[in-house]
Amino acid sequence: MGTDNLFDVVIVGAGPAGLAAAIETARRGARTLVVDENGKPGGQLFKQIHKFFGSHEHRAGVRGYDIGKQLLEDAAGTGVTVWLDSVVHGLFENRVAILQAGRQITVEAGRIILATGASENAAAFPGSTLPGVMGAGAIQTMINVHRVLPGKRIVMLGSGNVGLIVSYQLMQAGAEVLALVEAMPSIGGYGVHAAKIRRAGVPVLVGTTIARALGRGNVEGVEIATVGPDFKIIAGTERILAADTVGLAVGLTPLTELAWMAGCEFVFSPRLGGHVPLHDENMRSTLPAIYVAGDITGVEEASTAMEEGRLAGIAAAESLGFSDEKTAAIDKDAVRRRIDVLRSGPFGEGRRTAKAEILKQHAMR
Amino acid sequence: MRVEKHPVLGDREVGRLVSVIVDGKEIQAVEGEPIAAALLAQGIRVFRKTPRFGEPRGIFCGIGRCTDCIMTVDGTPNVRTCVTPVKAGMVITSNLQDGGKDDGNR
Repeated sequence: MGTDNLFDVVIVGAGPAGLAAAIETARRGARTLVVDENGKPGGQLFKQIHKFFGSHEHRAGVRGYDIGKQLLEDAAGTGVTVWLDSVVHGLFENRVAILQAGRQITVEAGRIILATGASENAAAFPGSTLPGVMGAGAIQTMINVHRVLPGKRIVMLGSGNVGLIVSYQLMQAGAEVLALVEAMPSIGGYGVHAAKIRRAGVPVLVGTTIARALGRGNVEGVEIATVGPDFKIIAGTERILAADTVGLAVGLTPLTELAWMAGCEFVFSPRLGGHVPLHDENMRSTLPAIYVAGDITGVEEASTAMEEGRLAGIAAAESLGFSDEKTAAIDKDAVRRRIDVLRSGPFGEGRRTAKAEILKQHAMR
Repeated sequence: MRVEKHPVLGDREVGRLVSVIVDGKEIQAVEGEPIAAALLAQGIRVFRKTPRFGEPRGIFCGIGRCTDCIMTVDGTPNVRTCVTPVKAGMVITSNLQDGGKDDGNR
């Protein structure tokens, strides 16, 4: 194996977590490679055209794609190597197996940081596999990145921030949102996002779900219905909306395949989207060479993903001797303080508790 | 349908238009955009039918994870159209071939 295939740190995923991690490792002098299967870096940042929340140091008020551009610039300035259109399909201790343009490449890494992100959940109802039923994130990708409108009359399922924001973005792109339905008795996302679509005239129907999608070849209508406290449809409440598209904003699941394959230990965290790799306060998994960051460690949002990436990057670099303990401690504390701020308040509380539980489980093993 | 004007993103930048063949019909697509986006822009939503029950499938996740949108591209079956860029002259067909028989992926 030539030295070309030898890196101090190999990062899987060029989204917010992976790029932030790469900036930190490369800045400290670690020879860093980022691998991503997509043709463009940035993960899901470039479809996020809304202004981010949080404090000034979290780039509040800055739109997602501008944060993405800045990350790319910062990464380029640190001399990170980025391989795009390259699929990591296997981890074998310190070796990373990559498929690139039909060619098999094996890279050796001192440390591996998994920043693979998450994928959208589906929801099952009669007709849910019809073309025209799409993930809300897929809709967002189509309208904001590829500039294609997937439909004209949409019913959105799920009132978390994704459902609320994508409903608004559909309207910005010229579509009509007939209704946003939510089975829970209250809206899941931020009030400010919900208010925006309500002001625009979208009915936000809580205690309501999609009974079925109608149509033969694709979606030609959507039947919605009221649910009782047991979340079962109340007979007689069904009504049909003349929708041609359904958006599903019903959560995401961490993309953990590589961590499973490597043999990382896992913990099940419903609040964070499913099974996530156990990790310590340095984002180190139960395998010494493997770190994890971003949605793979529990679904949150891009701001926390970037901070976790920074934390993993600093810690991985430190573990290889690129940073002394004292300096690294100061750097990591600063990141942890910012993460605490992102997980504060009523909306952050659930995530903060769930994350603390992971650290606790790790400490007990 | 294309999103030509956008209050945040501005006017759509028009890339190089190329021709591709979709199930025998020529359509115009933007070079480099995902095949799935090109089809959706033309109003094509059914990308394939399932091998066993012949149920229609289209785009679900749009980021290459769910494989609902697979088609046969230039003779290669099971290509994820949502992450495969358009090239001029591509021949794209529904994954279900031979009048009902699948293409061997079972």
